Amino acid sequence: MKIVSLRVNGAGQAFIARPGTTLLLALREQLGLTGAKRGCAQGACGSCTVLLDGQPVVSCLVPAVTVDGAEIATIEGLADGQVLSDVQQAFLDGFATQCGFCTPGMIMSAEALLDRNPDPTRDEVNEAISGNVCRCTGYEPIVSAVLDAAARRRSRAGEGAKL
Amino acid sequence: MTLLRGRGYASVNYPTGMNLGGDPSQALIHATTMGGFVISLSSVDLGQGLKTVVAQCAAETLGMPMANVIVDTADTDTGPHCMGTFASRGTHRIGNAVIMAAREARDVMLAVAAEELEADADDLETDGTGFVRLKGSPETKIHIQDVTLAAHFKQGRTISGRGIYLKERNYPVPETGEMDPDSCQAHACTVAEVEVDDETGVATVLSLHNAYEVGRALNPAMAAQQVEGGGWMGVSHAVFESTEPYYPASRDHGPVDFCEYLMPGPAEIPVQSSVILERPASNGPFGAKGIGEMTANAPIPAIANAIFDACGVRLTTMPFTPESILRGLDALRA
Repeated sequence: MKIVSLRVNGAGQAFIARPGTTLLLALREQLGLTGAKRGCAQGACGSCTVLLDGQPVVSCLVPAVTVDGAEIATIEGLADGQVLSDVQQAFLDGFATQCGFCTPGMIMSAEALLDRNPDPTRDEVNEAISGNVCRCTGYEPIVSAVLDAAARRRSRAGEGAKL
Repeated sequence: MTLLRGRGYASVNYPTGMNLGGDPSQALIHATTMGGFVISLSSVDLGQGLKTVVAQCAAETLGMPMANVIVDTADTDTGPHCMGTFASRGTHRIGNAVIMAAREARDVMLAVAAEELEADADDLETDGTGFVRLKGSPETKIHIQDVTLAAHFKQGRTISGRGIYLKERNYPVPETGEMDPDSCQAHACTVAEVEVDDETGVATVLSLHNAYEVGRALNPAMAAQQVEGGGWMGVSHAVFESTEPYYPASRDHGPVDFCEYLMPGPAEIPVQSSVILERPASNGPFGAKGIGEMTANAPIPAIANAIFDACGVRLTTMPFTPESILRGLDALRA
């Protein structure tokens, strides 16, 4: 047993990490953040993707005891009140979701991509979401939405520069 | 090494629902005190959008906003009976049952509103924004929340409705084989373009062009999504997925998880374009047919035909693996 203190979506949090538990289970069952999904629980489907110190990770493979002091970002922290993030809004506008199970992980992978590469090519988007499995959409609407979100972000950054 | 291009097409007529022993689904609907309408179903939305479509059917029939409709897919112990979510039957069967239930609930809703407005129920209409009003006199109106409060606390009535859709069992005529096995059929055509590498035997699907006749696209965005998501599944069946060669005798060498079970990722998808055509079915909910399963079917023979067009190899067993294409090419050269 270990008390883990960390920041989740910008707020300080703490939980008791039982031996053998994962970051995903801590988020879902101890911190009540059920946005990250438990799909395969072996790191293959990507539906549990969150950002750990800015890097996308499959949280089902991250031991809970290792995240003491870490900064975690989950899907719950993206929207600012009722205002969605550019990636979320692009997914909504482009109907890049169907059953929705892969969506939180897809969006977190996309956010991580755009944080490090504001103008990705289609191939770079494909690579960034290659660890996220979707079984509904055929991927095309998702790839298009990520490219759309990148354009929105660049446009927003351009406006900021003018100010 | 040569990259050989080919084009093939396939058409599919696909039944909505099934016939074995009769094919029913039921829906129950009741109003809450706050003007909501709860639809109780045993049917399962496993991601295809059934809850959205039945909410649309109920809202349209009731004349109320979608926001007033709550879909509760309950469970099979407690909900009204449903045969299940399969056979491309969900929208057709459950949509019809929901419409029937919503009609009955609407009649009670109008009767309660008539009492409150001191009018005849036949003279009332809904405005689609949550009000019941007098025809020709739109200022004489009552909000659905006041209607349901009056029903619960003043008039002592339940605003509710029952619905069932049953496709009755149908037997073939022994002399002719004639029968009525399904409720309607949707139609589709897919054109596939492939590129075959004659050295490696790899067939790459470059594009799929789909035309689907769906009866009525109750939700056009979801219909298009189904066509292209199913098209991706068809590509996967055609050139990726296999449990061979050892299934089910041994799992020692077969795929066991998402990593090993091969399906196309975002880098391997073809370009798709899709056209939705609407020829409403007389027995469908607002004319809709079912297109759940068929969307994964048409691409497969279209891709097989495109491979034949590209390199002359006629394949009849899925998936169309590099090995089977190379063996076919060898046979042609022999």
